Amino acid sequence: MSEEPASETPRAGLSRRGLLGLALGAGAAGVAVGAGAASAIALTRPDAASVADTHQFYGAHPAGITTDVQDHLHFAAFDVMEGASRQDLVELLQDWSYAAARMMLGLEVSATGAVGGSPEAPPADTGEALGLPASNLTITIGFGPTLFSTAEGVDRFGLASLAPGSLAALPPFLGDDLDPGHTGGDLCVQACADDPQVAVHAVRNLSRIAFGRARLRWSQLGYGRTSRTSAASKTPRNLFGFKDGTANILADDTAALDEHVWVSADDGPTWLAGGSYLVARKIAMKIETWDRVRLAEQERVTGRAKGTGAPLSGGDEFAAPDFAASGAAGLAIDPRSHVSRAHPANNGGIRMLRRGYNYVDGNTALGRLDAGLFFLGYVRSPDRFITVQRSVATDLMMEYVTTVGSGIWAVPPAPSEGSFVGAGLFS
Amino acid sequence: MNTLSRSLALVAVTAAGSLVLAGCVARADQAGGDAITVTSTEDSCEISSASAASGTLNFAVTNAGSETTEFYLLASDGLRIVGEVENIAPGASRTLTVLTQPGDYYTLCKPGMIGDGVGRAAFTVTGDSVAVDGEDAELKQQAVDLYAAFVKDQVGQLVPAVDEFVAAYVTGDDETAKQMFPQVRAYYERIEPVAEALGDLDPRIDYREVDAVAEGLDWTGFHRIEKDLWVPASDALNSDGVTLAWQDWEPSTPEQRAEFGDLLIADVQELYDYVHGDEFIDALESQGIAGISNGAIALLDEVATGKISGEEDWWSGTDLYDFAANVEGSKMAFSLVRDFAVSSGPDGEQLVAQIDEGYAQLEAELATFGSLQDGFVSYSTLTDADTRALSDRINALAEPLSQLTVTVLQ
Repeated sequence: MSEEPASETPRAGLSRRGLLGLALGAGAAGVAVGAGAASAIALTRPDAASVADTHQFYGAHPAGITTDVQDHLHFAAFDVMEGASRQDLVELLQDWSYAAARMMLGLEVSATGAVGGSPEAPPADTGEALGLPASNLTITIGFGPTLFSTAEGVDRFGLASLAPGSLAALPPFLGDDLDPGHTGGDLCVQACADDPQVAVHAVRNLSRIAFGRARLRWSQLGYGRTSRTSAASKTPRNLFGFKDGTANILADDTAALDEHVWVSADDGPTWLAGGSYLVARKIAMKIETWDRVRLAEQERVTGRAKGTGAPLSGGDEFAAPDFAASGAAGLAIDPRSHVSRAHPANNGGIRMLRRGYNYVDGNTALGRLDAGLFFLGYVRSPDRFITVQRSVATDLMMEYVTTVGSGIWAVPPAPSEGSFVGAGLFS
Repeated sequence: MNTLSRSLALVAVTAAGSLVLAGCVARADQAGGDAITVTSTEDSCEISSASAASGTLNFAVTNAGSETTEFYLLASDGLRIVGEVENIAPGASRTLTVLTQPGDYYTLCKPGMIGDGVGRAAFTVTGDSVAVDGEDAELKQQAVDLYAAFVKDQVGQLVPAVDEFVAAYVTGDDETAKQMFPQVRAYYERIEPVAEALGDLDPRIDYREVDAVAEGLDWTGFHRIEKDLWVPASDALNSDGVTLAWQDWEPSTPEQRAEFGDLLIADVQELYDYVHGDEFIDALESQGIAGISNGAIALLDEVATGKISGEEDWWSGTDLYDFAANVEGSKMAFSLVRDFAVSSGPDGEQLVAQIDEGYAQLEAELATFGSLQDGFVSYSTLTDADTRALSDRINALAEPLSQLTVTVLQ
């Protein structure tokens, strides 16, 4: 596939509107010289230059997909406000891109930041990440089907003709009990960082920048990554206590990424080449019920050993499952186990890049943990996810989970330096 | 209604003031001579001149490098930012406009946005200190006078309205009192921050029952009367969602009604005396136009925190009247400082355009539920989607409005 990102018109990353909120403080500081009242501030965050834990917002492929999975997530879906124009949308994406690029470098959202502006103005940066390192923050922005055409078929921003043909709300799956308050959205922001405060800071500031142009539709905190994208990382466990993501696509497997994750120039549309499709699924786990299931049954449902993560057909964690191998009673791996239903071998070779997180949203009215897996999967085309999801929708694990939130977004390639995310859509 | 015509008259006075303002304050034009040019590359920050005369300076910064760059004017300590322009994309140009006083400064560029920057160079500003413009000061005084007049006018209308309202309440004409309740409160809600600055006056006039209990105060004022007029059901809960409405409460006897009525009249009279006294004028003048601007912001904060949640008028459900009056008061204060924001330069013009649009959209959203003149629907009839839509419009206005004070001070 082509490594080239879609062509973009280079343009300033920060709109006039964004410039206002971010830059007014500095002008006022200029006035304060006359009054002799300005306080001394440091020019940069001292730890901002530690390149080790920073990622680039600009480049070819978007950050936050193959990036070694960070420990924490703050995911947010937005709707563009009623009455907002195409220009408002462009300016929002410019302002988001600029702020995202800065925050990923460990910087505040503007040069004056949290304490460097005028004392007479609210600070441009909300400040809770002051003094914290970049913490491997990545900000990944996606475009939902409704951005191109609303459920009623309205083309608000003149983008309908550019919509990827396959980008549509996901079909209903067995086991879905979707809450509209955790489903869909014109835009999404995936913020991942090793410090939860840094991830929350990113979404909080991007939400603030969006006021008047886009409104927060729903959001989700996640912790304890349940996937890995580098061989050096140990496979983490999900809230069922099982290792999750053993067979994930790793960042250095470029052939697999090209085949399964990145949209190619031939796939189209052009503006999306080098990007991907993100599917988010909020999967509530029936934790208390699961905990009362005997170990052998938990392993049969999963298809793997709980301790080692090895497939029940034998070997170590990374051994390929042998779906034909016999066990004590019939096949070693139950054909309806999760590993069997999700495996590429049983889905026409389809793989996806997963980077999900555990979540605990307190408890339900019944006194049960309101907890589960916030699934994030990247695929080269939506139908790949649909194929696998239809397969796992009737696996043994579905008895213990309910999908309560869902969404799909096209994630454009990273913008070139000085441009903005999705610029190829508007050129 | 009397309210509107008098408010309109004031706005007309303001508009006349605006014409004067627009004619003589154009600070961006005060810059003498051409812009100083700056060229930023990966490792240099070339500046066309190392000195300039005091006043408004324009630095035209061109990015000849390959990374996004920033340009800074730093004070003599090399740390404090006097002015900066950021996010200059490769190949792009931006201008920093900054008012400078005589002294030593540094200039530098920061390609790539991080690090200590490149091309740090001394920059000298010569000449005299830049004085505050005389006409500007006069116009600011005029804005303060107009705001004082607005506050006095509202309180001047509040006093007789409260007399009439209390008369209906005390004589047991509850239907009349209920109709008047939200209309009378509007005079108060338009200028609420003024009363709130007065220590114990606002608690006596406007505390909800749960607030008075929490602070151990005797519960008096509008909301005490409200509960007598809209008597809660026996199993209703108070606004904390926990306490029973009838706990430690009974409808007032005629004697108690007379007492609460007299107290409200006396408290409102105290407010009247305050805003017609020197203390109020002194306070307004010491804060200047920043005080007016902060008043516009504070009134919208009232909406965002109290009114949108429906906690204010718990028994009557008339929260949207308070909401509308807060917005009117906020917009009135904004209108008085609007031109100072415009005259601060292109950024100020842009901010004002956003605020204008923000008020218009919030008003339009609110108008779908009624008006102060014809009445609003009860807060209890709003759906979650309704309050969410209003809340989104408040956010859209409050965010640019929060930048108003620093802009008018420029």
